[in-house]
Amino acid sequence: MTVVEQLRERIARIEGARGRERRVLPFGVAPLDSVLPGGGLALGALHEVAGGGNGAVDGAAAALFAAGIAARTFGKVLWCVTRQDLFAPAMAQAGLKPGRVIYVEAGDDKALLACFEEGLRHGGLGAVVAEVARLSMPSSRRLQLSAESSGTIGIALRRWRRQTDAVDFGQPTAAVTRWRVTVLPSSPLPVPGVGRARWQIELIRCRAGESADFELDACDAKGHLALPSDLVNGPGQTDVRRRRASA
Amino acid sequence: MSGDAAPPRDTPLVLVGREGRRRVVVAADGAARRVGLHVGMAATKAQALVKELVIIEAEPQADHAALERLAVWALRYSPIAAADPPDGLVIDALGASHLFGGEAAMLGDMLERLSAANIAAQAAVADTWGAAHALSRFAKKQTFIAQPHDTHDILPLPIGSLRLDPAVVATLRRLGFESVGDLAKTPRAPLTLRFGPELLRRLDQALGALSEPIEPIRPAEIAEVQQVFGEPIGAPETIARYIGKLVASLCDLLETKGQGARRLDLLFYRVDNRVEVIRAGTSQPVRDVKRLTRLLCDKVESIDPGFGIERMRLAATLTEPLKPLQVRCSLIDNPEPDVSDLVDTLTNRVGERRLYRFAPVASDVPERSVTRIAPMMPDNGESWPSHWPRPSRLLLKPEPVDTVALLPDHPPVTFTWRGIRHRVKRADGPERVFGEWWKRDAELSTVRDYFQVENEAGERFWLFRAGDGEDAATGSQAWFIHGIFG
Repeated sequence: MTVVEQLRERIARIEGARGRERRVLPFGVAPLDSVLPGGGLALGALHEVAGGGNGAVDGAAAALFAAGIAARTFGKVLWCVTRQDLFAPAMAQAGLKPGRVIYVEAGDDKALLACFEEGLRHGGLGAVVAEVARLSMPSSRRLQLSAESSGTIGIALRRWRRQTDAVDFGQPTAAVTRWRVTVLPSSPLPVPGVGRARWQIELIRCRAGESADFELDACDAKGHLALPSDLVNGPGQTDVRRRRASA
Repeated sequence: MSGDAAPPRDTPLVLVGREGRRRVVVAADGAARRVGLHVGMAATKAQALVKELVIIEAEPQADHAALERLAVWALRYSPIAAADPPDGLVIDALGASHLFGGEAAMLGDMLERLSAANIAAQAAVADTWGAAHALSRFAKKQTFIAQPHDTHDILPLPIGSLRLDPAVVATLRRLGFESVGDLAKTPRAPLTLRFGPELLRRLDQALGALSEPIEPIRPAEIAEVQQVFGEPIGAPETIARYIGKLVASLCDLLETKGQGARRLDLLFYRVDNRVEVIRAGTSQPVRDVKRLTRLLCDKVESIDPGFGIERMRLAATLTEPLKPLQVRCSLIDNPEPDVSDLVDTLTNRVGERRLYRFAPVASDVPERSVTRIAPMMPDNGESWPSHWPRPSRLLLKPEPVDTVALLPDHPPVTFTWRGIRHRVKRADGPERVFGEWWKRDAELSTVRDYFQVENEAGERFWLFRAGDGEDAATGSQAWFIHGIFG
């Protein structure tokens, strides 16, 4: 056994994943899965997603990104909001069928976090998504622990009232990964029109992994992201991997 | 009399009862009042005045029984509801109205349901039973919501609203007292000397200086258990322990009836004769001791035990048959885990209307294509048609934007929204949505043309033009933004 393997084992012991095999939810996009430890998004963990640019306020792309992840889990999905402006047909187009999502409209952030935690603790849900503005270290740790105890994937969809509040995203939390999804000009079409949406997906923070960023096509009707068709076989693919996030 | 047997609505109708040895009118309907009949009139006189008068014997006992039945219905709004004879209901809505979307919405719902059952009613919300009693009968509005901790609303009301003996009211009026306010500013001692303690007790109850507990109605057929304490209890742990015991015996009771609880009311009778309440609802009939105990214990913090609780009563006020179900074999398929217990927990925490699923409605108008349904409704697998992309965020109301666009059917070249100018690089559309004339006449010819546009940064928006770009009858031709794509 090499030194590195021994160290890895020791770290795994310290992290408390004793005896339990770490389960992951692969994205099905090779470059994305290869940077994530275990080859996919960890189940039973808290993940943070925010939109970049104006997306920090409207959270439109981030919501679809979260919906795509939730769509690929098994079981019902709990979606907690403080004010409801999601348009369910778009969720269905990202693979999240209306029959699967239960929405909770909590009055304030405190009630929202309580619902979020309750959902994570329950264990029967496929995923829990919560649109939350402020997420402190203690509350995120509570959420992370509840997610670990049940194996449900938790997604904190960070969304702020004002663009300036988005600096909050730099504050440390106990989330396992942190993503930023920014819209890019859509894939070009040979005719006038708007093609499939394209996102710049930045993995800003990843526990036991490196940060990276990717340019991918948005969720399809099954919730899968895809490599842009003009990059699949081209030289761009390696470029995408090489770029590192600076945030 | 009801249905075909009932007399026509515009025929005057009075109820006649005995007052001593006289037969007098004890109630008159609207038509009868319009022709000059009034309560207290001799029956023979009324009969002589109006030719086609319908006279029915009053049945106070039956009226009271009907009122009690109505009070059982009112338990849907709050666990503390009772009949307020002869013609009212009293409901303690403290901590219950938010489940119906506020006090105004609750009263509206109440009156709507009553009028659907052909009961004309007036309703009021106030701090005290006395004030609500007075306002519901004497306020000139169908629903009245008094300001909390404010007695100004009832001061101008006539003294007849104070639930006093009619003889006392008559004497007071002879002495020159007209309104509750007149009475409130008169020295108390002489009034008590003259009329006894009852008068000021009623006044204090209406103004909130004296508490007045409501003894909630207890329907005979509901399953209920209770625990009386020799020594009053107050510690939350003790309360929680007894909740567990009560739930266990209630579940035994429900099992013998083959029922499951849909709604539980737990009443705490305090030593100072006040009643504290916990209400918990479930989305499906439940008879699981652990789950029900958890639902109730979740709310123990909201109970103020005061100087102690001497009696606890747990009742299943809404039950449904609960039959044993065969568990599906896991060899064939992996069933979706049951989350109804989580739904119940969250519902009791945030309110029934705050927890929902979206379901499709057959409508092309975006804001009408979505409806909210209860979270545990069976899933029929329906979804929306997916041939047009839809924005992930829909603005609550379409917001007007300034555009530069070619008519009739081109997307805008630029548009300004919330002070920011966006230059459109790519666009798709129009998707024409016609007004739904079968819902509103005004929509007969209206049209919306939806466009998906993308600016230089790649942000995608959903714009529409009210109108088809040519005909002024189809809309104002102004542009609006309705959603943001992800």
